[in-house]
Amino acid sequence: MRLFRAHVLVCAGTNCSLKSNKAVQDRLVREVERRGLADEIKVVETGCFGLCEQGPTVVVYPEGVLYCRVTPDDVPELVEEHLLKGRRLDRLLYREEVPAAGAAVSAGPKAFQTVPEMNFFRGQVRIVLRNCGIIDPESIEEYIANGGYEALGKAITAMTPAAVVEEVKASGLRGRGGAGFPAGLKWEFAAKAKGDTKYIVCNADEGEPGTFKDRLILEGDPHAIIEGMALAAYAIGATQGYVYIRGEYGLSIDRLQKAINRAKEMKLLGRGIFGSKFDFDIEIRTGAGAYICGEETALFESLEGGRGEPRLKPPYPTDSGLFGKPTAINNVETLASVAQIIANGAKWYRGFGTERSPGTKVFTLTGDIVNEGLIEVPMGITLREIIFGIGGGVPNGRSFKMAQSGGTSGGCLPAALLDVPMDYDELAKAGAALGSGALLIMDDTHCIVDIARVFARFFMHESCGKCVPCREGTFRLHEFVENATKGKATPQDLQTVHALARTMALASLCPLGQAAPVPLLSTLQYFRDEYDQHINEKRCPTGTCRGLATPAKALSAAGKGA
Amino acid sequence: MAKQEKQAIDVDRVDKIVARHASREGALLPVLKEVQDLVGYLPEEALKRVALGLGLSLSRVYGVATFYSLFYTTPKGKYVVRVCESAPCHVQGAPEVIAAIERELGVPFGETTPDGRFTLEMVSCLGVCGVAPAVMVEDRVYGNLTPETVIAVLQEYR
Ligand SMILES: Cc1cc2nc3c(=O)[nH]c(=O)nc-3n(C[C@H](O)[C@H](O)[C@H](O)COP(=O)(O)O)c2cc1C
Ligand code: FES
Repeated sequence: MRLFRAHVLVCAGTNCSLKSNKAVQDRLVREVERRGLADEIKVVETGCFGLCEQGPTVVVYPEGVLYCRVTPDDVPELVEEHLLKGRRLDRLLYREEVPAAGAAVSAGPKAFQTVPEMNFFRGQVRIVLRNCGIIDPESIEEYIANGGYEALGKAITAMTPAAVVEEVKASGLRGRGGAGFPAGLKWEFAAKAKGDTKYIVCNADEGEPGTFKDRLILEGDPHAIIEGMALAAYAIGATQGYVYIRGEYGLSIDRLQKAINRAKEMKLLGRGIFGSKFDFDIEIRTGAGAYICGEETALFESLEGGRGEPRLKPPYPTDSGLFGKPTAINNVETLASVAQIIANGAKWYRGFGTERSPGTKVFTLTGDIVNEGLIEVPMGITLREIIFGIGGGVPNGRSFKMAQSGGTSGGCLPAALLDVPMDYDELAKAGAALGSGALLIMDDTHCIVDIARVFARFFMHESCGKCVPCREGTFRLHEFVENATKGKATPQDLQTVHALARTMALASLCPLGQAAPVPLLSTLQYFRDEYDQHINEKRCPTGTCRGLATPAKALSAAGKGA
Repeated sequence: MAKQEKQAIDVDRVDKIVARHASREGALLPVLKEVQDLVGYLPEEALKRVALGLGLSLSRVYGVATFYSLFYTTPKGKYVVRVCESAPCHVQGAPEVIAAIERELGVPFGETTPDGRFTLEMVSCLGVCGVAPAVMVEDRVYGNLTPETVIAVLQEYR
């Protein structure tokens, strides 16, 4: 193996690929060769680094210097300065404090920090993302060199399937797809279910607005998912696994398929893995554009070749799932956590997070936040730490208005609840949810009623139409909020909405309809004033709802960013 | 893309696709996907061949073809423009981008431009909200759009 003096890592995640990362990488390779540095410096394509808004990002190791918004034209100077002369290229360095729009970029004392020193990384604990942005996702050798497939080897050669189930149970790992069901318990049910044929399914349908973690895990560390699925299969006695990826995720599908092929070549998938009697194979199936197919039973229907409509439960998937066989279905992030748990033990995993929500959680930060992107933190960290610590706060000198946790199906939290610990139970108490880990941050220029209309529109579009409470209810909820944005809603409507929300929560067939009123109800709970202004006074304090009056006083208050 | 939409479909090639998948469990979705890639959309004629080949009722095949947003039972434009309308994109300026697209293409959402070049669709989150607002043109995603840059993107396809 050759030793390189420096490694230059270029993010090749989808978010950066939208910003000509490929051109930057090609230019880097050419430039390094042109200057005869090819023996000393290696250019590596990696998975997402997390700082999507700042992309394309390039990190130079061993120092860990992060360059942002690199263009192909910057490359010659970067190679010249940093790799030849050993000087940092100041103008491309990541800046902790983002200057206000239009202001000159000054290289103040806080401007430069290496990766480990940055607030963005310091607050993070990377277990699921440990390889993302570090290894070349298309190299199984790099995955293995970083401890990959050790857990699988250990499990197959030194642990019984029951022991694997026990370890995952003891770790307290809860499902990361939204519902938070204990993964070990699910595996135990599937392992104990009667039947010779069992399946393990990886849910990579990721459609919850604001969520893109599964995509970046698939792109950044595909072997972690393969290893997690193989461990799950071993634990429950399955020989076939399916990954259901949404059709729009081209790069994820591509990378995972390559990884599966490599794992087969290395006999880490297929017959007699690690010389044992354990056979396991994985097939990818792609979705065709339907949010509801992320719901586990709808996903089975779709995989079986039908309309993606949810089934009535029970029977639960662990008894009768895919093709009517006992099935354990887990989210990408859940499965990507498993190998680390088996490798390091349940006790180690419990060293992170809280008693009832152990471990770490991957969050995606979107909206009015400086560091839009992907992070991983211990469970139980407060919303404030995420937004104002790691996230860098609200940009442009505006003030925080609300954060929606758990994607569009989650509740909205006002500033008064910024200190809520981010774990399953505490968030549920606050009327929100951890859900998929999507965090949407909104500043004070946005109107609550308007955003509630966007939430309601999502459910109206995505309801599969199978059950009446959801199909009709989502339509009516949208009608109400839309009317409110036009000054046409009445106080009487509010009572109707509450009654309708109760009916939907009770009578909808699946959690889509049950959750549809949640964002609306939470905005009503925490921002009732703003609704009253729209409904009773026919005015919109932020001026978002055109056609309604905007009081000048409110506008200037918002402008000061109180 | 929509190469043969006005002509009769190539029945042989549709049958070949069906035959290749017929033994797979849950073959219908992969088959429809490939047939659509071949024909450009899923005309009734093709659905009938698929139903026949897989031993399914036409109503079942039609039911599936109309359930999913990535399947089309009527001809679509050469380029499908999918505009994200979900909350993170909305907060980051999607409404202005959407208005610019509508002005530029001159058709409402759900319709195809008279020259058959663009079909305009509103979709839910595309999973690239880190660079919102986002738009997909065919298989390519564009992020961090403004009313100006989105016009430039569309002009690449003119
Ligand atoms: C409408 C709806 C959409 C869902 N979408 C997803 C999804 O995209 N990805 C996912 O992992 N789980 C999704 N879920 C949750 C799944 O039903 C299921 O709980 C999950 O895949 C189980 O895996 P876990 O225990 O590892 O979280 C969705 C649920 C509902 C009701
Ligand atoms: S909200 Fe538009 S891409 Fe996610």
